[in-house]
Amino acid sequence: MSSPFLEIKNLSTGYSNKPVLCDISLEVQPGELVGVLGANGCGKSTLVKTISGLLKPSGGQIRLEGRDLLKLKPEEKARLMTVVAQNASLPAAFTAAEIVLMGRTPHLGAFQQEGPEDWEIVRQVMEETDCWQMATRPVGELSGGERQRVLFALALAQQPRLLLLDEPTTYLDINYQTEIMDIAARWLVEKPGRGALAVFHDLNLASQYCKRLALLSKGRILAIGSPAEVITAANIRQAYDAAVIVTPHPLNELPTTFILPGKKSL
Amino acid sequence: MKKLAQTEDFKSLAERLPFRQARSGLFARQHSPFFRTQQRRLILVGLGLAGLIACLILCVTFGTIAVPLDQTLSIIWNHTFGQIWPIAVNYSNGNDTIIWEIRLPRLLLAAGVGAGLAGSGALYQGLFRNPLADPYLVGVAQGAAVGAVSAIVLPLPAFLYAFGLVQWGAFIGALLSVAIVYNLARIGGEVKSTTLLLAGVAIGSIMAALTSFLTYLNTNKLTAIYGWLLGGFNMTSGWDNLGRFLPYLGLGIVVAFFVGRRLNVLQMGEEQAALLGLNVPLIKLVLVLAATLMAAAAVSVSGIIGFVGLVVPHIIRILTGQDYRLLLPLSLVWGGVFMVITDSLARTVMAPAELPVSILTAFCGGPFFLFILRHKKKIEF
Repeated sequence: MSSPFLEIKNLSTGYSNKPVLCDISLEVQPGELVGVLGANGCGKSTLVKTISGLLKPSGGQIRLEGRDLLKLKPEEKARLMTVVAQNASLPAAFTAAEIVLMGRTPHLGAFQQEGPEDWEIVRQVMEETDCWQMATRPVGELSGGERQRVLFALALAQQPRLLLLDEPTTYLDINYQTEIMDIAARWLVEKPGRGALAVFHDLNLASQYCKRLALLSKGRILAIGSPAEVITAANIRQAYDAAVIVTPHPLNELPTTFILPGKKSL
Repeated sequence: MKKLAQTEDFKSLAERLPFRQARSGLFARQHSPFFRTQQRRLILVGLGLAGLIACLILCVTFGTIAVPLDQTLSIIWNHTFGQIWPIAVNYSNGNDTIIWEIRLPRLLLAAGVGAGLAGSGALYQGLFRNPLADPYLVGVAQGAAVGAVSAIVLPLPAFLYAFGLVQWGAFIGALLSVAIVYNLARIGGEVKSTTLLLAGVAIGSIMAALTSFLTYLNTNKLTAIYGWLLGGFNMTSGWDNLGRFLPYLGLGIVVAFFVGRRLNVLQMGEEQAALLGLNVPLIKLVLVLAATLMAAAAVSVSGIIGFVGLVVPHIIRILTGQDYRLLLPLSLVWGGVFMVITDSLARTVMAPAELPVSILTAFCGGPFFLFILRHKKKIEF
């Protein structure tokens, strides 16, 4: 096995005097999309916040291609990785292209203004994410799906190596869900030396798009491995306290979860 | 980027070709979004500066004694460059004194104060992402008032007042007040904007109470105290104040010119800004420092003049948009223009008596702001 792209070792983190994650160890291989699952409040988003540096861990290590992420300066970090957040607030009066252009911030010097090459990158990432046609529209007028694509383009304009997705498809209809995840999957393999970690609340989406999943429960990793290993009725009951039926997907055999209305157990 | 282009599939490459070719010519370059925005910025700020200069020259001729434009130009030229005004114009010594010693320094001061207040208002509105933010939000005005009133009522030797004791008192009071607010709002090395706002309101109230208390104890100096609190440019004259506080104002203005891009990024929220590599705590400190220096310098020479710092940035925002790279310089320039015009009106409408300029700023600016607000029917924030 080659050396991991992203390596998280014995990570513990939390908010002042309230620990959330405890002794988390996780790896992302080059070109891989790893999914993180777990019930609300289990620490999924906290994990993303800690890796992205918005939250300081109380212990453990995070390494990106051997480099200690915790010791990097903000703008160095922003050139290596970014987060596509769920429902981030965008200033309504700016056009989509102006928003995406802000993704160039970590690549610009202190007093430097954006040049034509930055606009060229903006055009490229907006075409990749299928939002170039709304470049001149104010983001306040865009629909939820369009805004999420603009956010994705903003993240890509940073030209990161590691992409963190924090429930990127929340509030989106299924057509946009697949569209966003397809863009992420395409981006991953487009160029070597890229990796992604995504937090999902939709088990089926995670099962379809990730080769490897980690299931969190009460701040610890409950199960880690292929979708078939992680998404089992027993694991789901333990992590989510919910009764479900898990069956193979009719086309690709990947585990697919069905909920059972009105039942706490089978 | 070249490697990325190689992996693009053939079809999309073919689709982009015409676009690439169209961009290569000089004409196309001019029409790329980059050049358009850069050009627009330069043109609008240039126009604003030209307007400010024209406005200054015109307003300097108005007054109880009107001085003809050619004489005015000649006086200004002669004092600035020595006796080389190409067309000789005769003017009296009286006119020379009126223009060079009285009106010009006063109007320049007004322009500086207007610029400082509007620029600081724009910075605070951007920092707090709050349309109600103004230069006095974090305690500048109330702190300055305590400083100025203390300087007025304390039994200090008279010669000190010749060095601008009241102005220095106001300046230091303003800076101290903001320093207290900023340190109160710092919890565990982090300054949250909402905490800063609340601490500002709380300290502001305490400072206002202190000012009232000092005033109550010294009713014999009521005229001087209210004269300062009402604000205006009539209490200071000559070039002294301009030299004393322009450096601080200038420092704030220079910062305002350079933080525009970062202030834009900050509009996406502090977390997103941090993800984009911005050192958010540092930016916040620089913004508060620049805005405070501008506001404190302005308040110390002019007293508390309301409305300019709140409304000028909004008018600019409605007319030109939310881009702080344009909004900040334009607020500075048009804040200056607004103040020069209102001060000229304050000097002349009830001549020889003088109206406090803070009454006029709201009287003139209010209806104009409401007109634009109704006309455009929206504030994008």
